[in-house]
Amino acid sequence: MISMLEGSKAVAEAVRLCRPNLVCAYPITPQTHIVEELARMVADGRMHAGYVLAESEFGAASIVLGGSAVGGRAYTATSSQGLLLMTEVMFNIAGLRLPVVMTCANRAVSAPINIWNDQQDAVSIRDSGWIQLFVEDNQEALDTHIQAFRIAEQLMIPVMVCMDGFVLTHTVEPVELPAQEKVDSFLPPYKPSYRLDPDDPFTMGAMVGPDAYMETRYNMHNDMMEARTLIEQVARDYEAEFGRWHGGMIETYDTEGADIVLVSMGSLLGTMRDAIDELRREGLKVGLLKIRCFRPFPMNAVHDALQGIEVVGVIEKDISLGLEGTLCSEMRSAFCGEESPDISSFVMGLGGRDIKIDEIKQVARDLANNPSCRVEFRGLNEEVVMGDER
Amino acid sequence: MEREGRIINLMEPGHTGCAGCGQAIAARLVMKAAGPKVIVANATGCLEVYTTTYPRSSWEVPWIHSLFENAASVASGMEACLKAMGKYDGIKIIAQAGDGGTADIGIGCLSGMFERRHDILYVCYDNEGYMNTGYQRSSLTPFAARTTTSPSGTLSWGNVTRKKNMPLIAVAHGVPYVATATPAEPRDLMRKVQKALEIEGSKYLHILVPCVPGWGYESEETLELARLAVETGLFPIFEIENGVVTKIRRPKERKPVEAYLRPQKRFAHLFQQENEQLVAEMQQLADENLAIEEGPARLFGMSSLPEMKNEELDLPPKAETEG
Repeated sequence: MISMLEGSKAVAEAVRLCRPNLVCAYPITPQTHIVEELARMVADGRMHAGYVLAESEFGAASIVLGGSAVGGRAYTATSSQGLLLMTEVMFNIAGLRLPVVMTCANRAVSAPINIWNDQQDAVSIRDSGWIQLFVEDNQEALDTHIQAFRIAEQLMIPVMVCMDGFVLTHTVEPVELPAQEKVDSFLPPYKPSYRLDPDDPFTMGAMVGPDAYMETRYNMHNDMMEARTLIEQVARDYEAEFGRWHGGMIETYDTEGADIVLVSMGSLLGTMRDAIDELRREGLKVGLLKIRCFRPFPMNAVHDALQGIEVVGVIEKDISLGLEGTLCSEMRSAFCGEESPDISSFVMGLGGRDIKIDEIKQVARDLANNPSCRVEFRGLNEEVVMGDER
Repeated sequence: MEREGRIINLMEPGHTGCAGCGQAIAARLVMKAAGPKVIVANATGCLEVYTTTYPRSSWEVPWIHSLFENAASVASGMEACLKAMGKYDGIKIIAQAGDGGTADIGIGCLSGMFERRHDILYVCYDNEGYMNTGYQRSSLTPFAARTTTSPSGTLSWGNVTRKKNMPLIAVAHGVPYVATATPAEPRDLMRKVQKALEIEGSKYLHILVPCVPGWGYESEETLELARLAVETGLFPIFEIENGVVTKIRRPKERKPVEAYLRPQKRFAHLFQQENEQLVAEMQQLADENLAIEEGPARLFGMSSLPEMKNEELDLPPKAETEG
C-alpha cells in the first residue's frame, strides 16, 4: 500500500510494525513528530507498548536501557543536543550489549544554537559502539528501522538509524507500508539470550578491572567488524522479502569507468544522483558512492568500490574541527598502506545551509581541474565570515 | 550455577567492602527483607564496586549497574517494560544509590521516577559524602563536617551547608511512602522495606550508613554511631505516608550532639576551642529535628537553619594574623 507520509510518520509506522514493548523519548526538534505520532498510536490503541515520558534525553536513554535489560524490545528517538546528553548512556547500552534501536533526526550542534539539519550529532558519537545507518529517503527510513531491530537483536548491538532532520523528518513522500504479517515473519519476537529475571538471577554491569576490561572491548570491536556481513545479509533478505534494496554497507551509482567519485551519506545523495546524471551528460565521468553504514565503517567495500579511481570528493555535513570532515578521514583509512586516490573533504550544508545541485557539480568540475587533496568549506557567505572586521 | 542450599544472603558475604561498612549491613538487610523476587538497579558507588568485582558477584538476585546517576531511570524502564510485556506480576523493583547518586547527580532521574509514579522502592544509602572517590563533600554532607573538598582551615570550618532534605523532596513529589532508617535497628529497617514494597507507587527509604574511613572512626563503632545519630536527633527516624508524618522515633534518652560528633575525625576540628559555637549550632539543628510532630509533613529538620557562610564565621585572632 502506497501512502503519502511525512518522514517522521513513516518512521513511526515502521516502529509500530516492529511491535516494541517500550517506547521512551524526550521531545526535541526535529524528532518531535516521530514521538508524537507514536504517542497517538498508543492513545488510539493502534500500538500496544509501554510509553514513558522521560524527564530528559539522558533519562530516556536510561529508561530504554532498563526495558531492554529485562528482555523487552525498546525504542527511542532524539536529535542533536539530546543525543549529546545521552552520550554517557549510549556507551553504556553498547557495553551492556543491549539491542536498543534509536532514530537520530540529524541536526546541528550548539553553539551557536541551530535547529536545522547537518550530521554533526551522530558523527560525534561514532565511537560509542552503536551501529549507525544513514538513510537517503523516507522509504529507506521506514525499511531500515525494520532491518535495524533484526540486526540489533541478532548481534546484541544497538542500532541508530540516522535521518536528516526536516529534509526527511518533515517532508512528505510516497512510502510503501509493508503488511504486518510480513514484518512479523521478517522480525520474530525478541528472544534475549540473557535478561534480568528473578527466576534466573544474573549480574549485569559488573566492575571490570585491568585484568578483563580490554578483552571486553576487543570482543565488542570484533563483533562490530563482523556485523558488516550481517548488515549486508539483512538488507538482501529484506530485498527478497519486500522487494526493496537501498544498499547494504554501501551502494554505488555510475562508478563504472568514472574518473571522479563523489561520496556522501543521507538525504543529499538524492540531489547528488541528479548532479551525476547531468555531469555525465556534460561529458564528465563522475560516479557516486553512498555510505549507508557509517559504523561499522565499510573499509573493504569502500576499498573495492574505489579500485582504479584516482580522485574522490567527500561531501559531508560535519566537521572535525582542526582536521577535516570525519567521513573523509574514514575514507582515507580504507587505503592504509596502499596507493590511495586523492581524497578531498568538502564541508557543506552545516546548520541547514542549502546545498544546490550546481554546487555539487562545481565540486566535481573543480576536482577535474585540480585533483589534489584538500579541505574546503563550500557555500560560505564571505560577508558573514568577515563579520565586524569587514 | 548451583543455588539450592547454598544461599546465605541475597547479598552474599565475601565482598570487598571495608570492615564495619554501614552500607554493606544495610544493603544486606534491605535484600533480606525484600526477598528473592526482586530486580535491583544499582548506581555506581562503593556498593556496586565491592559487590561485583568481575568475575565475582555478591548478588543472588537479578542486578544491574548502569551508571552513577541513572538507577531510578533504569528501574523506571524495567518496570514499564515488564508491565507492557505482562511479566510484572509478583516482581518488586528496587533502585538504590548512595547520597551523591541520589541527591546530587541522580536527582533529575529520581524526580522523573517519582513524578511518573513508577512502582519502585528507591533506597538511598546516605554515608554523607563521596566516599568511593575519597571522602569528598556531597549535598548530604552534614553541616560543619570536614571532607577532602570541604576541609577545615584557618578560613573554613568545613562544610558550610546543611543536608539537602531528600525525604521532603520525595514527599513534595507525592510519593506515598517516605521513611528513614539506620542499620542499628535492623527490625525497623526491614519492616520499612517490607511495608514499602506492599504499597503501589514510588517509595523512598533514606538510610544513614556510617562510613569507617570517610567519617574517621573505629570499625567496631558503626552501629553505635548510627544509634547515636538517632539518639542525638541529628538523624531523625520517621515515616511519612501520603504526606502525613505517621511515626516519629522519640529517643528514650536524649544525648548531647557531642556524644555523636566526638568519636568522628571529620568533626575533630569542632572541638578546638575557637569552634565551640559550631557544636552549639549542631545542637540547635538536632533540637529542631526532634521537634518534628506527627501530622501533615512540613519543612523540618536536616536543613532548617538559616544559611551561613564562612565569611560570617568569627575567626579566631590566630587565623586572622596568619591569613
